[in-house]
This record gives sequence, structure tokens and C-alpha cells, in this order.
Amino acid sequence: MAVVFDKTKGLTDKAFHYCPGCTHGIAHRLVAEAMEELGVLEKAIGVAPVGCAVFAYEYFNCDMQEASHGRAPAVATGIKRVLPDNIVFTYQGDGDLASIGTAEIIHAAARGENITVIFINNTTYGMTGGQMAPTTLVGQVTTTSPNGRDPMLAGYPIKMSEMLATIEGAAYIERVSLHDIKHIKHAKKSIKKAFENQINKKGFSLIEVLSTCPTNWGVSPKDAMLWLEKNMIPNFPLGVKKEVE
Amino acid sequence: MAKVLMKGNEAIAEAAIQAGCKYFFGYPITPQNEIPAYMAKKLPQIGGTFLQAESEVAAINMVYGAAGTGARVMTSSSGPGISLKQEGISYIAGADLPCVIVNIVRSGPGLGGIQPAQSDYFQTVKGGGHGDYYMVVYAPATIQEAVDVTMEAFDVADQYRTPVTILGDGMLGQMMEPVEFKQPKKRTLEEKSWATTGYIGDRPRNIINSLYIVPSMLEDTIRKRFERYEVIKKEETKVEVYNCEDAQIIIAAYGTTSRICRSVIEAAEEIGIKVGLIRPITVWPFPDQAFEEYANKDAVKAFLAVEMSMGQMVEDVRLAVNGRKPVHFTGRTGGMVPTPKEILDKIKIILEEVN
Repeated sequence: MAVVFDKTKGLTDKAFHYCPGCTHGIAHRLVAEAMEELGVLEKAIGVAPVGCAVFAYEYFNCDMQEASHGRAPAVATGIKRVLPDNIVFTYQGDGDLASIGTAEIIHAAARGENITVIFINNTTYGMTGGQMAPTTLVGQVTTTSPNGRDPMLAGYPIKMSEMLATIEGAAYIERVSLHDIKHIKHAKKSIKKAFENQINKKGFSLIEVLSTCPTNWGVSPKDAMLWLEKNMIPNFPLGVKKEVE
Repeated sequence: MAKVLMKGNEAIAEAAIQAGCKYFFGYPITPQNEIPAYMAKKLPQIGGTFLQAESEVAAINMVYGAAGTGARVMTSSSGPGISLKQEGISYIAGADLPCVIVNIVRSGPGLGGIQPAQSDYFQTVKGGGHGDYYMVVYAPATIQEAVDVTMEAFDVADQYRTPVTILGDGMLGQMMEPVEFKQPKKRTLEEKSWATTGYIGDRPRNIINSLYIVPSMLEDTIRKRFERYEVIKKEETKVEVYNCEDAQIIIAAYGTTSRICRSVIEAAEEIGIKVGLIRPITVWPFPDQAFEEYANKDAVKAFLAVEMSMGQMVEDVRLAVNGRKPVHFTGRTGGMVPTPKEILDKIKIILEEVN
């Protein structure tokens, strides 16, 4: 029988714990496929975050380290400085990267650490049950902004990609989305480029991936995709924010 | 190798390099700044990396990452910075990663001051970070000893897969003494087959991790770690027992304070009081046996813990003496150093009480 589709070798056989309709599964697959296609799985060392992707070390089929909350870029720095020829990546959510870990991500970019960062932005703390995130939209209801995010009380969402693009040490910053097939295909290309940059020693690359959280948003997986397109993209415009040739 | 005159902080840095440490991640804080400065100069010359992190929090997590690859790695700081590193130290202990941490203690709490102190004893010896763990803690009293224990610390960290702390103080870090660099006794160290170096299919995938969501697995992991701690207690406890035969009073003191206490012993001898010293070189594991032994002797009337703190190690002395003899305390804090006279006066008061 002809094999028409095979799961990437970049993922283990462990079943994901993610909720139905969550786009973490898609993002994992894109990262794993990119590494497999580039032939770097054997020298990849991933760093998992604290948050929904905390068990990423069970899914990516390469050596992994589990970092404390927000510190993945520092852990990745420690690994990369010892093993500069290995491929080192972090996979972090918005609470991890854009709140508690802002110092670590900014300074990893400023140093031009030759690592690849996958930043999942779903505007919420998923693992802890849907609290307000640094990227929660104005007016968005969460368990800790029950009346909708009020900027007078809780400020405004952070646009990490735009901010990081101002940093001289960053080589490649792009925001992509997973809300439909076309955008998923593009996200794959961008993620692959972020790894290619590391192979070519171009320096710090970060892909912000707009993602969904149907469970905590309280909508169906399909409606979550539509919500992302309608509400997140106007606030978090897609595209390359910085690219050093 | 001939002796060289070196500042304590620089000697610790050189000892680390001679022990094979090629990676250092740190953040400026007084009074340990000579350590990162020395590393910044020397490590690039031997193909290593010095990196000044954006914070102590980042520095200790860089240590975590580097230690996870199996490299010999070190960080140094002082009280406030060590507080910030506690999260990372807990994760390092929880992931069984070997590394060396230097704490050149200044006075606290808060910003406190920059003068020498021993008030980080509780933090260092009793866990500091969250969870069930210990780490090996050396408390050297001379720069030579600081060199010796720093070199040994890397072997001990690797052998038992544990973080090891060098607990110095501002005095030890800043003063100069002649030192000699001698390799410690050779240990048989296992290859670091657990390290994340890239998985090429010839071994199981390696994961550096402290998360165990199934409680029974976490308990098993912690119990195994504590079995290792028992071996450490048996094999790695270091103590100096000085002048304790026939002593009426035994002083317990470590690090810089123990040096002051030596001159007290001489002064006491001149006025006919026999004073001994039990000096823990490892404060974890604590040398309980030495205290137990002398607590059972009739000649010993009392113990006196002397510290540059309000009394922290004294609690471990009390646990070891276990009610068999009175345990007293004297000390100065806030960056003040106890004088021999203050200590001798305290000894006289104790003797009057027991007689």
C-alpha cells in the first residue's frame, strides 16, 4: 500500500495533551517538520516553557530542557554558548515570553544569540485556566479581567514582535498566523527560515505565531479561528517586522 | 607549583578554571566583582565563554542550560543576587544538574551593606529555594582553603549531580594571601550520559527536567536524591577540630570568624582557660559527629557559636549537641566583625555561669 502521508520524525508518538481545536498541535508539527526537512533533529536541543507547552519536551523528538517560567531564552543561551554548532530553539507562550520573561527575550535578542524562538500568542494564560495575558486584547474577557480588559486598570497588550524588531541584535522577526491553510503554509516557511538562519549563523530569529485557545475563549474551534482573524490580526498585524539580509 | 599572592575572589576564579570550568555567567554585585572580571579576561583565552547576563535570574538559568549540556559551569554573586538566583538553584537541584555557585556574603536583609557577613547561612544551608533539596556548601576560612574547596567542588558536583556552593564572605573575597593550586585527589567520575548534546539515536533521548506531574514519581525521584545526600553526608563532610582535647569551652565557628576565634584560643590559654574550636568546612553536610563526640566529654562545660550574624549556624550546633551541653551564641551583624575581646568576655561569663 502506498504511503500518502507520514508523521514527521520530529515528533514522538506521545499523544498531545492539548485541548481539542488548540493550534499548539499545528505549531508543534510545523516546528518538527521544519527541523526534519533541514536535517537538524539530531543536533537540535529544544527548551520548553512553563505554560500549556510545558510538556513540549515529551513531544519534540530531540534532546530537550525544561526551563522555569520565562527563562527559556537564558537556558537556550547557556546551551548555545557551550554547543555553538548545535541547533537550539525555545518554544514559549505569551505569558512566558511577553510577561515574566520579557527581560530574558529582549536581552537574548540584544546579544544576537544565534537561537530560534517560537512564540505562541493566544492572548491568554491557557494552562492556569484563562487569565489575562500581556497580549490580551482591550475589552477581552478573561478570568482576571471579568469585565473585559480595561486599559485604565490593566494597560494595553504588548506587541512583542514590533518591539523586538527595534533591537539591533535581532536578525529576523516575523508574525504569522494559524487561522487558515494559507496562513499555516506560510507559517511553516517562516519557521523553517528561522531555523535556516541559525544554521547560517545569522543570529536571533523569532516567529510570533498567532494561535487559538477555544477552551479559554469559550468558543468552538472553528469560531476560534474566525475570532483570531477578526480580532487578533487587526491588533497584531502579520508580516516580517525585521529581516537582516 | 610555587605559591602566588592573590586576592580571594581572583583565587577562587583561577581555581575554577584549573578545575576545568570553561563557562561563567554572572551579574555585577559587590563584593564579588573580581570573580567575573577575572573570568571575563581569562575564559576567552582558553576557548571558554564569559557572559554578563541581564540579571542574576538570567545568569543562573544560563548556568542551568550550560550544566544541562554537561559542561563545567559557575556563577558567583552576593546576598541580594543569590536571593534572585534561588528559583534557578531550586530547578538545578530538581533537575540534578552539577554546577558551582559562589556566594561572597555581604550583610542583609534587603540591600543591607557591602561589608562581610555570615547572615546568608539559613538561605544557603536550609534550601533557599522552594522544595525538598540540599546542596553541598563549603565554608572556607583561608584563601588557600577557598582554592582547594573550589577545585574539589566541581568534582563533587559532577559525582553527585548536585549544585555546590562556596560560602565565602566579603573579607575572604577582598583580602590577599599566598596560594598554591593543587589538583584534588582523583575521583572516578561517570560519563555524563544524561547531558543534552544532540540526540543521534545511539542513546535514549535526554531531557533535563524537574517536572513530575505524577506525585509518586516525584516522591521516588526525591527519595533517590536523598539517598544520594546520605552518601554525601558520609563521604564529603569536612571539619577541623582544633585544640579540643581537655577543652572546657568549645567554640563553633566557620569561615572568617573561625580565624578570629583562633586568636581567642591563644588569649584564653594565657589566662588559664582551655578553649577548643570545631570548624565546619562543609556547613552542609554539617559535621554533627564532631559535636556529638565532644558533647559527651566531661571536660567540656559548654559550646559557644560565634558568627557574623544574629545566630544562624548555632541552630545546627544545638541540633548536633542535642541538649547534652549548653550552647551559647555571640556574634556581630550588619557588616560588623566580632573582636577577640568580645568573644573572650563571653567565654568568661559562660564559665562563671557553669561554675
